Amino acid sequence: MTLETRMGFFTDTTLCIGCKACEVACKEWNQLPADGYELSGQSYDNTGALSGTTWRHVAFVEQFDGEAHDLIAPISFEDGGRWLMSSDVCKHCTHAACLDVCPTGALFRTEFGTVVVQDDICNGCGYCVPACPFGVIDRRPDTGRAAKCTLCYDRLKDGQKPACAKACPTESIQFGNLSELRERAQKRLEKVGTIDARAQLYGADTNDGVGGFGAFFLLTDDPEVYGLPPSPRVTTRDLPGMWKSAALAGAALAAAIVLCTVGAPNGE
Amino acid sequence: MGTSFGRGGATTFQQDLQNADCILIMGSNMAENHPVGFQWVMEARERGATIIHVDPRFTRTSAVCNFYLPIRAGSDIAFLGGIIHYILENRREFTEYVVNYTNAPVIIDERFQDTEDLDGFFSGWDAEQNAYDIQSWQYKDMPVHAAAGHRARDTAAVSEATGGHGHPIAHHDAVCDETLQDPNCVFQLLRKHFQRYTPETVSQICGITPAALERVAKLLCDNSGRERTAAFVYSVGWTQHTVGVQYIRAAAIIQLLLGNIGRPGGGIMALRGHTSIQGSTDIPTLYDLLPGYIPMPQAGPHDDLQTFLDHHASKTGFWAHMDAYTVSLLKAYFGDAATPENQFGFGWLPRITGDHSHYQTMLDMLDGKVNGFFCVGENPAVGSAHGGLQRRALAKLDWLVVRDLVEIESASFWYDGPEIESGRLKSEEIKTEVFFLPAAAHTEKEGSFTNTQRLLQWHHQAAKPCGDCQSDLDFYYHLGKCIQEKLRDSTEPRDRAIKALAWEYATHGERAEVDAQAVLAEINGTDANGRPLSSYTQLQVDGSTACGCWIYCGVFADGINRAASRTPGIDQHWVAPDWGWAWPANRRILYNRASADPDGRPWSERKKYVWWDKQKSEWTGYDSPDFELRKNPHYEPPRDARAEAALGGAEPFIMQADGIGWIWAPGGLRDGPLPTHYEPQESPVANMLYAQGSNPVRQEFERLENPYNAPATSDDFPYIITTYRLTEHHTAGGMTRTLPHLSELQPEFFCEVSPELAAERGLHNGGWATLVTSRAAIEARVLVTKRMTPLRIGNRTIHQVGIPYHWGYKGISVGDSGNDLLPIALDPNVHIQESKAATCDIRSGRRSRA
Repeated sequence: MTLETRMGFFTDTTLCIGCKACEVACKEWNQLPADGYELSGQSYDNTGALSGTTWRHVAFVEQFDGEAHDLIAPISFEDGGRWLMSSDVCKHCTHAACLDVCPTGALFRTEFGTVVVQDDICNGCGYCVPACPFGVIDRRPDTGRAAKCTLCYDRLKDGQKPACAKACPTESIQFGNLSELRERAQKRLEKVGTIDARAQLYGADTNDGVGGFGAFFLLTDDPEVYGLPPSPRVTTRDLPGMWKSAALAGAALAAAIVLCTVGAPNGE
Repeated sequence: MGTSFGRGGATTFQQDLQNADCILIMGSNMAENHPVGFQWVMEARERGATIIHVDPRFTRTSAVCNFYLPIRAGSDIAFLGGIIHYILENRREFTEYVVNYTNAPVIIDERFQDTEDLDGFFSGWDAEQNAYDIQSWQYKDMPVHAAAGHRARDTAAVSEATGGHGHPIAHHDAVCDETLQDPNCVFQLLRKHFQRYTPETVSQICGITPAALERVAKLLCDNSGRERTAAFVYSVGWTQHTVGVQYIRAAAIIQLLLGNIGRPGGGIMALRGHTSIQGSTDIPTLYDLLPGYIPMPQAGPHDDLQTFLDHHASKTGFWAHMDAYTVSLLKAYFGDAATPENQFGFGWLPRITGDHSHYQTMLDMLDGKVNGFFCVGENPAVGSAHGGLQRRALAKLDWLVVRDLVEIESASFWYDGPEIESGRLKSEEIKTEVFFLPAAAHTEKEGSFTNTQRLLQWHHQAAKPCGDCQSDLDFYYHLGKCIQEKLRDSTEPRDRAIKALAWEYATHGERAEVDAQAVLAEINGTDANGRPLSSYTQLQVDGSTACGCWIYCGVFADGINRAASRTPGIDQHWVAPDWGWAWPANRRILYNRASADPDGRPWSERKKYVWWDKQKSEWTGYDSPDFELRKNPHYEPPRDARAEAALGGAEPFIMQADGIGWIWAPGGLRDGPLPTHYEPQESPVANMLYAQGSNPVRQEFERLENPYNAPATSDDFPYIITTYRLTEHHTAGGMTRTLPHLSELQPEFFCEVSPELAAERGLHNGGWATLVTSRAAIEARVLVTKRMTPLRIGNRTIHQVGIPYHWGYKGISVGDSGNDLLPIALDPNVHIQESKAATCDIRSGRRSRA
């Protein structure tokens, strides 16, 4: 499938105002339950991470180092005090390990190039959970089945954009075909990069460990600052090699057995 | 805003913020509380504008601005005064604009004395009455309006939230010095007034550096003038102070000096706190106003219509037609029963006998003077200052009707409030009979919202209300019918008004729902033949027209509901006149005549908006011109001209009696012609400028139930407390703490403190703290964050504590109420409580349950 036909997200965190409208719109549309009602103490983030019941998650990173936080000097964007906000989501990887390991075919790649779990086929085996290099997919505590962002497959089929992108008031979450989004992101990086040298695209490289993301990001710091793996690799990347080795080993074993059998003196 | 410019509404619209070259957001957390409109600020930033946020806390707004400056809560007038000082001392004002479009050249009565002369008081102070006599604030040799001498004291000094216009003055008698040199002209008085607001002094008061102030001032000046414009954005961070109206006045003065009013990318964007707050002052839920900012008549001085009109109507400017607006309103109220013989039923209107604002009413309730109460669209048990007092007042009622989506705290205080928990009140001893009536949500009813930019937008019914839920419109319509039915045979004079009320609307469906469009049509107004009017200029004094709210006239022009216009922005010009309908006359930027120079030419090609088309001899441009369409820019009114004819062709503020913007307010405000820095009612520091600490005219309520924290010198309450809202919750929480998807995002009541304050008081992130004032002790979880900055004030470090005020004892997410901490101390003009700055103490651990 080409980038022209693949649909995805470009999440531009430099436009995010941390309103969490994406989280709410996602839960409303996909009828997901609330996760709990405890204050985390982690800035304004009380949902913590993506989970089986939280498919959009806004991270809040407070960066106020000692020097910038002078008692009487103003903190400003340019003086170094920052409060980063970023709405995380399933990456809809080009090489999706969750899909690779699914034994029931519940996970499949759609005609939009997105990766979707079919709730009624999933048997809750959970293989996909450790397979995801981002820790995105998870089993829902209420159903026991795996769940994650579907990129609003149902809305896409109706020609509508995903709920989160629709709700985002500042166009931090942009939906479209990947080729156009990547072009836009590259231009945006060039602009933002002149203001902030830390600006970088995350997941826009088709040569990365997952073959590029279907939902990629513009960050203004390293991915790990946002709780994202710096160089994710599809966990099933070595599977073909492993199968090959296993097959070789199997073949060798079989050959040995055959040899043993053939070569053995006839007892009769 | 009304006093300065003539209309009590934002001068611009949020989409226009994208055209600004600089935006100063102050007294507002726009990104968190107005996230949808904030896209236009982001758009401006992307186009290269400099966005500045000045606030006690580093919020989600600060995070996306170019420059953030922490400031001490309650010191904003000093800061803004510092900017005025900078403009004047560096001659950065837009001279041509200032001379032509403002009252800067006007010479003031020589008896006037400034706060600089009288150590914090203006002339005219009457200590016994606790009020000003405003005669010495008048224009020189100007015959003072008949009742103006008493106006500031005892009548509705309509202003900001109540949104009146500048008070009536005679026009064209003003003595002016267009060189701005006369020591008694407004410009020089302004200069003298703010002379001591130097960067050094202001920095001491606000807890900032002199360089930071100068940087903001320079950014504003560099981005103003012919080619560039700067905008201001404020919200309740400015209004909720004992000197709140003057905060906005200070911004108005800056914007007039810099020539930023009436121009694209300029203006003052007043952000209202929720959906139809603007609408609820236009067609008011306020005690002292009638629809369209017509003052409510008073008992005594306003026994007849003519006296009332003489008292309030200007002779010049569009308020000269107040008679037509008022008579048409009375016709809409009373229909055929309103005749010239009975003064169109003017005598049937209720009269004001004193202060009937929310807080005074609650205090009266506490004293047993209020028997019954309708609590609608509010939740005073959580949302009003001094929650304990509010709840104890509710417990004194005979009956209470609460109409809401869910059973809110104000309906349940009698069995699960904090006073029940503490044993201070006992359910069995509370006599209040509570009637809880379920209300329909906005999705379950049709109607219009008037949003923060005066824009009426129609919403359609998406689903029928479930169960007994009912819309407000239906409820009040049927209640009115019931009351009329009960009074059918009454001969009591007091019942005449209700009996005369024109209360006939078409209903439909089995529940007899009122057609909301019929109400909008009535608000719009009709001529003698019942045809819809298209402009308020058609309103008549003879009773031949009826109009429910003159400023809304035109919303139903030609029988079309223009509030329902829905042409997407991308399919029309950026001003988007075909989306909704904005009062007045579908105008998006007010006073837009000022976007052209006195000759009617745009100030610059870049900031072109409305201009005089010589060929066609009319005003034209991107918006509906806020001016008589064919009035030549060089028109000079004859001396005896009245109404709009008395305004010259270069006088853009057409609602003002003198057609110009008021840097100086000769009337209309109770606390001074110019803003002055006063400390909040409760402040940890003394006023560094004057012996007079706080606004002398502020409304204090000295009574046992409403104690104030000891003054600046005491160590009992050393910290500043400031309240606010979060994106995730709505006001007192009734609509959000009850919803799982919002409750999980901000699940618990918390306070925000700096690491330095946390160390000083042994507070831990995620732990508990008890906040104490002389009103209450409440507990909150603690967020320790460097987003809170300790400030240096003099040689002291001042800490500020931030608390969102959403929580209460009902819902999924529950917690103590921040408002329980606050005292009742009010702005004298609009009776708004000071909830953005008070003092407190904070201790580690949970509150005592004993």
